[in-house]
Amino acid sequence: MYSEKVMDHFSNPRNVGEIENPSGVGTVGNAKCGDIMRMYLDIDENGVIQEAKFKTFGCGAAVATSSMATELVKGRTVRQALEVTNKAVMEALDGLPPEKVHCSLLAEEAIHAALWDYAEKNHITIDGLEKP
Amino acid sequence: MIYLDNAATTKVSEEVFEAMKPYFCEQYANPSAIYSFAGKAMKAVEESRKSIADLIGAQSNEIYFTAGGSESDNWAVKSAAECCKAKGKHIITSTIEHHAVLHTCQYLEKQGYEVTYVNVDEHGVIRLDELEAAIRPDTILITVMAANNEIGTIQPLKEIGALAKKGGILFHTDAVQAYGHIPLDVDELGIDMLSASGHKFHGPKGIGFLYVRKGVRIGSFVHGGAQERSRRAGTLNVPGIVGIGAAACRAAASMQERQERETALRDHLIRRVLAEIPFSRLNGHGTDRLPGNANFCFRFIEGESLLILLDQQGICASSGSACTSGSLDPSHVLLAIGLPHEIAHGSLRLTLSEETTMEDIDHTVDVVKKIVERLRSMSPLYEDFIRQNRKKDEEA
Repeated sequence: MYSEKVMDHFSNPRNVGEIENPSGVGTVGNAKCGDIMRMYLDIDENGVIQEAKFKTFGCGAAVATSSMATELVKGRTVRQALEVTNKAVMEALDGLPPEKVHCSLLAEEAIHAALWDYAEKNHITIDGLEKP
Repeated sequence: MIYLDNAATTKVSEEVFEAMKPYFCEQYANPSAIYSFAGKAMKAVEESRKSIADLIGAQSNEIYFTAGGSESDNWAVKSAAECCKAKGKHIITSTIEHHAVLHTCQYLEKQGYEVTYVNVDEHGVIRLDELEAAIRPDTILITVMAANNEIGTIQPLKEIGALAKKGGILFHTDAVQAYGHIPLDVDELGIDMLSASGHKFHGPKGIGFLYVRKGVRIGSFVHGGAQERSRRAGTLNVPGIVGIGAAACRAAASMQERQERETALRDHLIRRVLAEIPFSRLNGHGTDRLPGNANFCFRFIEGESLLILLDQQGICASSGSACTSGSLDPSHVLLAIGLPHEIAHGSLRLTLSEETTMEDIDHTVDVVKKIVERLRSMSPLYEDFIRQNRKKDEEA
C-alpha cells in the first residue's frame, strides 16, 4: 500500500535523533490518535537550517513523512522551509494512501512548530508563520 | 517466512485439500439434481454436515452451510430479531464482539431494536452480573462470542447459556475463533445458535456454517431455492463443504494434542516477551485464552510500524493499532479492557497453529525485541519517559 519511497524512508529514516540545545523544537500530534512528531532544528545566524532531526511515534507513513520533511528543510532558509507544505512532502514521497494524508499534515505542522519555537526564542516574527 | 497470523486465516491442510480435489473436475454435479451423478456430491455434503455437527454435539439437520462466519453472524442476529419481534426488541451483546455482530446490532438499532452492550473486565471476560442485570422481559437474544479474535479470551458460555435459558432468551455465540480449537458442546453450554468459519481451522475460505438448535425458528437469509431446507438458497459449494467437513474431522481427532502443544508454545512466548521486553503487557486472560493466541502491548511504540518491520524480517503478524484498521481509533477490544489509546496503539497479536515450532517462537521473540528497541529509540514518548525518570532520579 506504500510507495517505494515511503518504504525507503520508513526502513532507513534520515535524521532520526535529537539536537542538543536546538534553535527550535516542536512537538505535534496526539498519542491518542497514534501519531506524535517532534522536530529539532539547528538554524545559523543567517537563518539557514543547518541541521534537522526528528523523533516520531506513529505508523510507517508518520515516520516516512517526518524523515522526508527533515530532508526537505535541511540547508534551506527559514522562509524556504515554510514552503515545505504537506503537499510537497507527499509529492516527494510519491504519494500516500488516502487514510495517511494526515501524516503529511503532521509533518508540515512539526516544521511550523519548530520554527515558531525558534522565532519565540529569538523574539522575531517570521512572515507567514502562524502559531501552531 | 514465519506465519503467526492464524487468527486471520490458516493454511488449508494437505488432507483437506486432497479431500476437496475430486469435487472440482470429477464430482462436479449440482447436488440438488435428480440423477445418480449428483448423488455422490450430495452424499459428500451430508457426510460433511455430520462431521461438523459431531464436533459440537449437534444433529446434522441443525447445521446450515453459509459463505463464512460473517454471514452466519448476520443471519443469526437478524433472523432472531425478526422472528422474535412479537416478544420484544431488546438484544444483549458484549462490547468486544467481532464487527460482524456489532455492526449487525447497530443496523438493528436503526430498525428500532434496542441493544445493550455489556462490558468486560480487564481480562476481556464479560461481566456476568451486568449481563444478568441487563435482561428484561422484552429481551429476545443474547449474542456473546465464544472466544475473542484479538485477545483470545474465552467467555463463560455455560453461565451465559444458563442465564439465557432462565429468561427464555435465545443464545447465539460467534465461535469463529473457537470452533475446532477448544471443546464446545451446544447442549452442555446451552447454545441455541453458533457461527463458525472453515478457514480458521485449516479448511477453505468462503465456507462456514450456522448451527440452529432444533425447534428454534429461523427465517431464510437468502431467498431463491430449496437448498438448506429452504433457509439458505444457492447452489451448494460442494468442494468448500467437503473441505470444512474434512477440517472438522481432523480438528476433532487432534484437538487435545494440538491444544496442549500450542498452549505450551504460547506460554513460552508470553513468558519470554514479558521477561525480556520492558514495558510490555499481555492482553487478555492469562489462562482462559485460546491455545494459539498471544496479544501484547509495547508502550511508546505504534503497531503498524512494528508490523512492517516484522514483515521485513519475514514474520507475519497483526495489530489492533488504528493504522491497521483504517480508522483513527485503536481496537475497540483493547479499549474495552481499559487500555488508554496510546497503549492500545502499540499492540501486537501473534497467533499460532499446529505448524508453529519452538524455533519460530524463539526467533520471533528475538526479532520483536530488536524492533521494539529500535522503534523506542525514535519515539518522542520514550524520550519524554526517560527524561522524566532521569529527573525523578536526580531529585531523589
